[in-house]
Amino acid sequence: MARQPPVRDVAPTVQKLRVRYAKRGRLRFTSHRDIQRALERALRRAGVPMAYSAGFTPHPKISYAGAAAMGSASEAEYLEISVTERLAPDRVRASLDAALPPGLDVLEVVEAAPGALVDLLQASEWQIELPDVSAGQASAAGEAFMAEAEVDVERMMKAGPRRFDARGPVVRLAASGGTTASGAPCAILRMVVRHATPAVRPDDILTALRQLAGLTPPVPPMVTRLAQGPLDPESGTVADPLAADRASVGDVVAADPHPR
Amino acid sequence: MSAVKAESVFPRLEALLPLVQKPIQYVGGELNAVSKEWESTTVRWALMYPDAYEIGVPNQGVQILYEVLNEQSDVLAERTYSVWSDLETLMREHGVPQFTVDAHRPIGAFDVFGLSFSTELGYTNMLTALDLAGIPLHAADRTDEHPIVLAGGHAAFNPEPIARFIDAAVLGDGEQVALEITDLIRGFKAEGSPGGREQMLMRLAQTGGVDVPAVYDVEYLPDGRIKRVVPNRPGVPWRVSKHTVTDLDAWPYPKKPLVPLAESVHERASVEIFRGCTRGCRFCQAGMITRPVRERSITGIGEMVEQALQSTGFEEVGLLSLSSADHSEIKEVAKGLADRYEGTNTSLSLPSTRVDAFNIDLANELSRNGRRSGLTFAPEGGSERIRRVINKMVTEEDLIRTVATAYGNGWRQVKLYFMCGLPTETDEDVLQIATLAREVIKTGREVAGRKDIRCTVSIGGFVPKPHTPFQWAAQLDHETTDARLAKLRNNIRDDRQFGKAIGFRYHDGKPGIVEGLLSRGDRRVGAVIEAVWRDGGRFDGWSEHFSFERWMRCAEQSLASEPIDVDWYTTREREFSEVLPWDHLDSGLDKDWLWEDWQDSLNDVEVEDCRWTPCFDCGVCPQMGTDIETGPTGKQLLPLTAIGAGVETLRA
Repeated sequence: MARQPPVRDVAPTVQKLRVRYAKRGRLRFTSHRDIQRALERALRRAGVPMAYSAGFTPHPKISYAGAAAMGSASEAEYLEISVTERLAPDRVRASLDAALPPGLDVLEVVEAAPGALVDLLQASEWQIELPDVSAGQASAAGEAFMAEAEVDVERMMKAGPRRFDARGPVVRLAASGGTTASGAPCAILRMVVRHATPAVRPDDILTALRQLAGLTPPVPPMVTRLAQGPLDPESGTVADPLAADRASVGDVVAADPHPR
Repeated sequence: MSAVKAESVFPRLEALLPLVQKPIQYVGGELNAVSKEWESTTVRWALMYPDAYEIGVPNQGVQILYEVLNEQSDVLAERTYSVWSDLETLMREHGVPQFTVDAHRPIGAFDVFGLSFSTELGYTNMLTALDLAGIPLHAADRTDEHPIVLAGGHAAFNPEPIARFIDAAVLGDGEQVALEITDLIRGFKAEGSPGGREQMLMRLAQTGGVDVPAVYDVEYLPDGRIKRVVPNRPGVPWRVSKHTVTDLDAWPYPKKPLVPLAESVHERASVEIFRGCTRGCRFCQAGMITRPVRERSITGIGEMVEQALQSTGFEEVGLLSLSSADHSEIKEVAKGLADRYEGTNTSLSLPSTRVDAFNIDLANELSRNGRRSGLTFAPEGGSERIRRVINKMVTEEDLIRTVATAYGNGWRQVKLYFMCGLPTETDEDVLQIATLAREVIKTGREVAGRKDIRCTVSIGGFVPKPHTPFQWAAQLDHETTDARLAKLRNNIRDDRQFGKAIGFRYHDGKPGIVEGLLSRGDRRVGAVIEAVWRDGGRFDGWSEHFSFERWMRCAEQSLASEPIDVDWYTTREREFSEVLPWDHLDSGLDKDWLWEDWQDSLNDVEVEDCRWTPCFDCGVCPQMGTDIETGPTGKQLLPLTAIGAGVETLRA
């Protein structure tokens, strides 16, 4: 016989909000778990009336989708929260942003349209800055990579080393020259990568470039996710995943399936 | 004063961070952290908790001093923690010095480098930090350019083992003395620092409230015992006093607890509800050195809890003290807070509670609005006889009744803490723990009417500590400790009826021997610490980094020319007449009283708590000019709360 969880009043979800936020500067060293904790606390400080799960250890209802790996900066991280009162998304944006540390910046909050957020996040656009690497070097490596149909790389995962194809999910890849935030010259790689299993990450592509073309950055590269959303297969570009939500503002949100 | 430039090392550090584990711990940026312009301040403190960031960042002592000091407009306090070996190696390779996590300034640029030692096992980490900072390891080799290296925390009640590495130590509550030291440095700098470092240390020593090891000489007897400790220059007091803050309501710190981005060991805000404990447990150094009891008032607690929740966003607040259920108005505090935070998913917890059915009511009340944490009780000793020896006045009946109440109230798991190696202990005393645990499960099954209840026995080796009645006691050798623990484990495991319901967790006896060496050591032990560090010793509080073999090998080499060894420091019983290394450090406790209490313990005589019986002359109040400060105040908590108040501004 299992122990019964305590009976608590669990207020129902009346609204779902989708949040786009950025992970910038030194905050790129936060792990996904670090962000979860910071976000839950910021929601409490901001006074957002979160819906909680029932049970022994009630949790605020937050769904995270495709978080960028620790060490990567991002301009396009997404999550969805469930709240117990109807809120004005723009006010939530301002107040949540103020409650989060600088570097975790809330860019946009919209009321969710029906459908799962995760289904909309089909691909990412990445930028990799390679200090002390010439644009020509990076271009040559990129072209060699794109010329292949398949490039196997190995990465250490929780269950041990795993080999997988890093080329298949890459829709586009281009190199150019530029400068880093501190003004040093660097090569810049831009790429669009389809979300697959296992996820192909920018460092997997760097591994592939090293294997194929001997591209070895002398200092750790700076990785930034620029966009995340539905993939337009024709143009190879990433669209805005919140466009549909914005279009349906005012629609009634799906009612709670188990109202009390 | 300093030759080290105060500019941020972050640009250089940033390039190393992608190469190390958990880089977020070196980045800073905690909520409620303070940043100040270097040039706008005159006295600058670097505060260190000498362990990993995840352990150090929640430390209350550091958080309190950080805030108290930073409230002074011309004072800067920044924090630093131990770096793991992956970053240490890279920092050495790239010439990056030990830095603060606030503004990433080098430690060497500060006026004071203050270290808080909750445990002696942080000593080797101090040496890493000094070395990475470019500060000479030995106080004698430092010049006017180097910070004053200052030790505090409970371990500083015997700083003799680290005497060669520190310039000064302070005993007791830090908030007032940190400000006094700041005033002294400010004045000294304003005068143009006449006489340099040495004069500054002399001024600190002359206050009588700061121990400057260099101004005391230790003389030894031919057999290795200490002959005497004497001031080596005029104007230095014979004894150094501890510091005691009175009126806790006047010191409501931390007002804005730090909230790190990285995960830490305490994911909650903490509010200290009183300081000191007069239960009189004879093994407990904390209870002895923090006397007398000083309560924060119910309204003071209420304000701090509300402020902590608002400024952090934590879901849990711990009500801290050495024995939280002993607050004179704990029942009103618990009920008042539970009423106030009804419906906000806010949990409150009492980390240290005594064995008493009253605690179950408290725990029920405190977990009303949030998550229910486990229940932990600390009977400490397995038999009634040994509990009389240590003055832990809990009968077997008390314990069984308390735990039964817990099971009856729906708890399914209870943790019980014990110690092994207590003075006069026999195998039989320890085996009683198994009997007790069986009785707990048996009664629990009856009360709960079900079989799936559990209890976990957690047991560690006892280490005699300075300024306690057991400071003269022989520590049990690690072989006997381990043998006793093995007997207990087998006894529990072999029980068919209850064995599976009893969990067993223990710490082996070896780390306790090193802790014992460092706790009751004298200046000669400094050579051992240094040898261990030079041999690669780091993070001794972590079992995966601790090497007993290294400590013993280094001790043997370093103490080879002395008439003493590790056993002499640990498993040897002392006589009353022996000069103890910390005798010149005044915790307020009368040495005669401590000795009488030690003798009483050997005769199974218990001593009451002076909060509800007449004074038994431990000596602290008259010596320190302090008094017990307890309620009840009769005041009530207002049901006001601002949690969730922001929602008005968010509504559609």
